[in-house]
Amino acid sequence: MINAVGEPQSLLLLGGTSDIALAIAHKYARTGLRVVLAARPSERRTAAATELKNRGCEIIEVDLDARDHESHAGTIELAFAGGDIDIAVITFGLLGNTELAWQDPDLALELAEVNYAAPVHLGVLLAQRMRAQAHGWIVALSSVAGERVRRSNFVYGSTKAGFDGFFLGLGEALRKDGVHVLVVRPGFVKSKMTSGLEAAPLAVTPDEVAEAVVEGIKAKRELVWVPGTLRVVMSGLRHVPRPLFRKLPI
Amino acid sequence: MSDEAVPAIKPSQPEDQPMIPQPLVELHGWGRASGTMAHLAQIDSVADAVSALRKSDSRRGVVPRGLGRSYGDAAQNAGGTALDLTKMNRILSVDAAGEPPTVTVQAGVSLDQLMRALLPFGLWVPVLPGTRQVTVGGAIAADVHGKNHHTEGSFGNHVRSMDLLKANGKVRTLSPYGDTERLFWATIGGMGLTGALLRATVALQRTETAYFSVDTNRATDIDDLMQQMSERDDDYTYSVAWFDAVTKGRHMGRGVLTRGNKALLAELPTKLKRDPLKFVAPSLGTLPEIFPNRMINKATAKAFSTAWYFKAPKHRTGELQNITQFFHPLDLLAEWNRIYGPNGFLQYQFVVPFTESETFRRCLEMIVNSGHLSCLNVLKRFGQGNPSPLSFPMPGWTLTVDLPIEQGLDKLCDALDTEVVGAGGRVYLAKDSRLSAVTFRKMYPRLEEFLTIRREVDPGGIFNSDLARRLELSKPMVGGAA
Repeated sequence: MINAVGEPQSLLLLGGTSDIALAIAHKYARTGLRVVLAARPSERRTAAATELKNRGCEIIEVDLDARDHESHAGTIELAFAGGDIDIAVITFGLLGNTELAWQDPDLALELAEVNYAAPVHLGVLLAQRMRAQAHGWIVALSSVAGERVRRSNFVYGSTKAGFDGFFLGLGEALRKDGVHVLVVRPGFVKSKMTSGLEAAPLAVTPDEVAEAVVEGIKAKRELVWVPGTLRVVMSGLRHVPRPLFRKLPI
Repeated sequence: MSDEAVPAIKPSQPEDQPMIPQPLVELHGWGRASGTMAHLAQIDSVADAVSALRKSDSRRGVVPRGLGRSYGDAAQNAGGTALDLTKMNRILSVDAAGEPPTVTVQAGVSLDQLMRALLPFGLWVPVLPGTRQVTVGGAIAADVHGKNHHTEGSFGNHVRSMDLLKANGKVRTLSPYGDTERLFWATIGGMGLTGALLRATVALQRTETAYFSVDTNRATDIDDLMQQMSERDDDYTYSVAWFDAVTKGRHMGRGVLTRGNKALLAELPTKLKRDPLKFVAPSLGTLPEIFPNRMINKATAKAFSTAWYFKAPKHRTGELQNITQFFHPLDLLAEWNRIYGPNGFLQYQFVVPFTESETFRRCLEMIVNSGHLSCLNVLKRFGQGNPSPLSFPMPGWTLTVDLPIEQGLDKLCDALDTEVVGAGGRVYLAKDSRLSAVTFRKMYPRLEEFLTIRREVDPGGIFNSDLARRLELSKPMVGGAA
């Protein structure tokens, strides 16, 4: 249960080795917090588990393979085996090589599966569980890239557009069930996913995204932008006519 | 939630029909900070209660609920069922001639209703918490205490017998002695987790009047206050202090000590003698749902605390006060918790042994210097505890503060927990809405005893609540539908 001062008792990180997921875990970490790390088995997952254990958390490692849809039900089953989940965070995703992605059908399909199909499938499975417990939060890490899809990364952007729409809608559908959905739209996040890329204006750190998630849940928000100013920027960009939009250096 | 018309399930109505999916309603505690959704089953009879129990989802369970005055999540049950027992509110019999006199009531009878019914007979409810708007069932489940704890103990001390609906659907009569003794005491202070209380027989006191002879003393700081309380508490049946939790420095913890005894008929002036047992409980109305967060801010809290302190006389003896003045000033305003705005508030009440008065002082200092503001603050000395494994009171100092939910409150409460645990003290579950399972275990050393009894009487963990999940008192449960 999330207590009166906003501290959760359990956390499920789908994509448990992503920088943002771990930053969120660090924000909530305290003695007795149960953290389910759902990710592919890796050294990184083991290291994350050790680190959180050192902070007094109880860690359960669960295998998650985004592209193996058959395995998802089992993953969710295991994640809830220890009891209710207060906050489930969906943070996994692929950026891919933006120019290859629209020319290589396999790569395009992979992006669509990992960034859209898998979150939708897992989102429905999560929703079933959360409806039965009638409390809890699903935090969906979207992106500004989905707000207005740009030429420069439109395969990725299109998957995030679908992802964003699905989770906003899921939040509406779950309103009567006591379950909340928070959609988070960060701008450029300086993380392992974007390492090697040049940081865009208004870039943020995983820690800042995590902070926005914590505050968003406390304030019972449905949608947050990180940083907040992106909301203003994007509401302008969204209405720029196409001939002009394609000339912008973004 | 008493103010809202919530759709309730009538469990016994469609007895042989398939269950119709019922909407969930939001239930929260008096602090209004962390509500969750549950099915609310209106219980009008024992048959209703048994039926609701049988039809409940075993994965989410049921929790008994009264008037919703516990501050936290004790009477919430996310995704499960809450048994609304407030309609089980009949006073079944009064034995006014007995020694002591007793009353037998259904569990949903409120203390307000009970006092109104008993006073004409010259009978008095032995333990009264800060509000009369609690049910007898709730008073037992939380083992509530009042200003007379140092002389009379808590509510559970006065229960002679009670009927408990157990997880197996059977009703068992429990008494404090004999073969039901263990379950009796586990149910006292058991937060509704051993079963649903359906009726109780409570020992009463006799009184000549409904008035109190009250002595008031101001104390200039916390040391003065604690010393005055220590010196002459035992001369009074009732004793409590309000203290200023805002003012720092030399006058930190200044307060007003009010102590009194039941007034005898001979002490009343002629005018009051005409109706010495009059139940004086006016209502100033209901607070509307219009207050924003931060109504309690530096300016208002300082103004209130200063006014409250200087309003009290430095020293006055033998003042006659009525029930509302002496016991329940907050009952003047229905739904007063709305003043804290939509974010709600929490109440932090702890006790530490008398030997730990230094810790006690340090805790007060931490609160005053934290920047978190509390106006309704209570200081009291507890007497002996009772045999209940989860009962809160124990000999020592207890302190209560009401804190609006704000940034950083978690840190303050965690720091206070550390002090309280270090001193061998504990916090009160009926007020709690944030304790972690780990800290809770350090505060209640007899928990395992309670859990053993609970496992015997409810092996499937049917009686469950948000509090039970938060404090990990339930068996690990699989959270949802496959």
